[in-house]
Amino acid sequence: MRELTLNTDTITAVEAEHSVTAPPETSSRRMTLNMGPQHPSTHGVLRVVLELDGETIVLAVPDIGFLHTGIEKECEVKTWQQAVTLTDRVDYLSNLSNNLVYALTVEKLIGDIEIPPRAQWTRVMMAELQRLNSHLVWLGTHALDIGAMTVFFYCFREREDILRIFEMFSGQRMMTSYIRIGGLALEPPRGWQQAVSKFITAFPSKVDEYEELLDNNPIWKRRTQGVGFAPLEDLLDLGVTGPMIRAAGLKWDIRKDEPYSSYEQFDFDVASRTENDVYARYRVRLEEMRQSARIIKQAVEGMPEGAWQANAPKIVLPDREKMKTQMEALIYHFKIVTEGFRVPAGEAYQVVESPRGEIGYYIVSDGTAKPYRVFMRTPSFGNLQALPALLEGRLLADSIASLGSMDFVLGDVDR
Amino acid sequence: MLPEQLKDHPGAAALDAAFPQAITGGHAEHGEPTLFISPGTIVEVCRYLKDQRKFVRLSAITAVDWHPADPRFEVVYLLHSLDEGSRLRLKCWVSESDCEIDSVTGVWRAANWYEREVFDLFGIRFRNHPDLRRILMPTDWVGHPLRKDYPVHGYKYSYQSDMDPTCES
Repeated sequence: MRELTLNTDTITAVEAEHSVTAPPETSSRRMTLNMGPQHPSTHGVLRVVLELDGETIVLAVPDIGFLHTGIEKECEVKTWQQAVTLTDRVDYLSNLSNNLVYALTVEKLIGDIEIPPRAQWTRVMMAELQRLNSHLVWLGTHALDIGAMTVFFYCFREREDILRIFEMFSGQRMMTSYIRIGGLALEPPRGWQQAVSKFITAFPSKVDEYEELLDNNPIWKRRTQGVGFAPLEDLLDLGVTGPMIRAAGLKWDIRKDEPYSSYEQFDFDVASRTENDVYARYRVRLEEMRQSARIIKQAVEGMPEGAWQANAPKIVLPDREKMKTQMEALIYHFKIVTEGFRVPAGEAYQVVESPRGEIGYYIVSDGTAKPYRVFMRTPSFGNLQALPALLEGRLLADSIASLGSMDFVLGDVDR
Repeated sequence: MLPEQLKDHPGAAALDAAFPQAITGGHAEHGEPTLFISPGTIVEVCRYLKDQRKFVRLSAITAVDWHPADPRFEVVYLLHSLDEGSRLRLKCWVSESDCEIDSVTGVWRAANWYEREVFDLFGIRFRNHPDLRRILMPTDWVGHPLRKDYPVHGYKYSYQSDMDPTCES
């Protein structure tokens, strides 16, 4: 039973109670330790109140909400197209996955809109580059937490290349807003094939480099193997998704099981392990990087020709050239920009596989130019709920490794 | 009463057979099966779906505010079955005057935080929830931000436009 509330008075009360009730013959005395929200290893502003018995964690109570910015509420006062930029801000490491799931859900609500193959493939390619970006940041910071500093620099070296590619495509390094309702924000720039294929040809050998750096490091292995275990049934029941659940032996990937945006046309394997510890999660993410590289390679080589936006003049902004020469295009442009477009009343739930797990957007439309309700089922929120299951009964020193292996982004938790 | 489009849905049909009174309606918009469940039966319906129909995952719980309609709130349960690879949406209407529904934390532990979130942002209470307190907003916050009658900028701050009637917001 969790009796501990996050009120400082009660924490003191719990502390006081334990100091009185602890049997005098043992030297153990429970203490309450406040970890975060400014602790560097909590990767943002997570606060965990830990109750310790010696070195063992007896109770872990996560306290979230420090980054709550009310994005869901704000979506309700933006037009459908404006809200795309808010989805970027949910998770700074998977903005394109959030763009994508938002666009897919709204397109589902619109119904009669067909996304051309070139746009779909570009979406897949960008989402996979995003996955590499996210896993690289995860690997670098996670290794740094545990004390392996070099990997961090290596990972951020490759991440820089990915951000340059994002900038080339969208003009932005992080808040790309590149995937829009009806297609993409901009046509892929000239020379993108060279840039992406140069990066992706070199990338697999870089993954080997990280693997070598870490797997030949006995400290890394001792700190991760057998740490942070929780039974698969518990993880499922607690709502865990993504690499964490795949490291627990469940081969479930939304890209394979509920394919979207033409993922069914790509050849890749789902990485999974059975050890279900911090090390297994590291192996799964490493393998996912290799598989993502495979997908991106296929996307570069087989990219279809043709339109990069749907043929839906009432939804997609017209070409600049047309706007200057055609009256109709100018009218559509004016209407979309000033009042937005209307989406038929209804509701839809769409999921995609983000670097962290299942992102699902449940969007309700009342037929107006603004969303009535946007609910974001974010993977970090679902995963973080399993934190006590990973920490309780384990050593305090292992908590940083367990916490890091979950790969959550606090913006994604609090929205 | 099971709607026509969902007669072929194995989960929905079985649920209708097991609990004839529970289903009050439904639809399959955009190919997504949705069932309206009478709020009093939500726990046993969820228990049945998890144990008998293999909906082992609770993806999320959320709510929609249809202010000023009555009943005002829709509590939405997003279920997922890994074996059948299917998703199912359950909905319960909750009125503002009796803003309570039974908690399903006993069925899926994942419900814990989602119910706290709905409580925090909509003010819907969950009976028998082990730890019902605010999760995203500060503990001393007044009001429930995702309600439609809650202003986007909150109650806490005043703006130039509120004080100066000539200034358009």
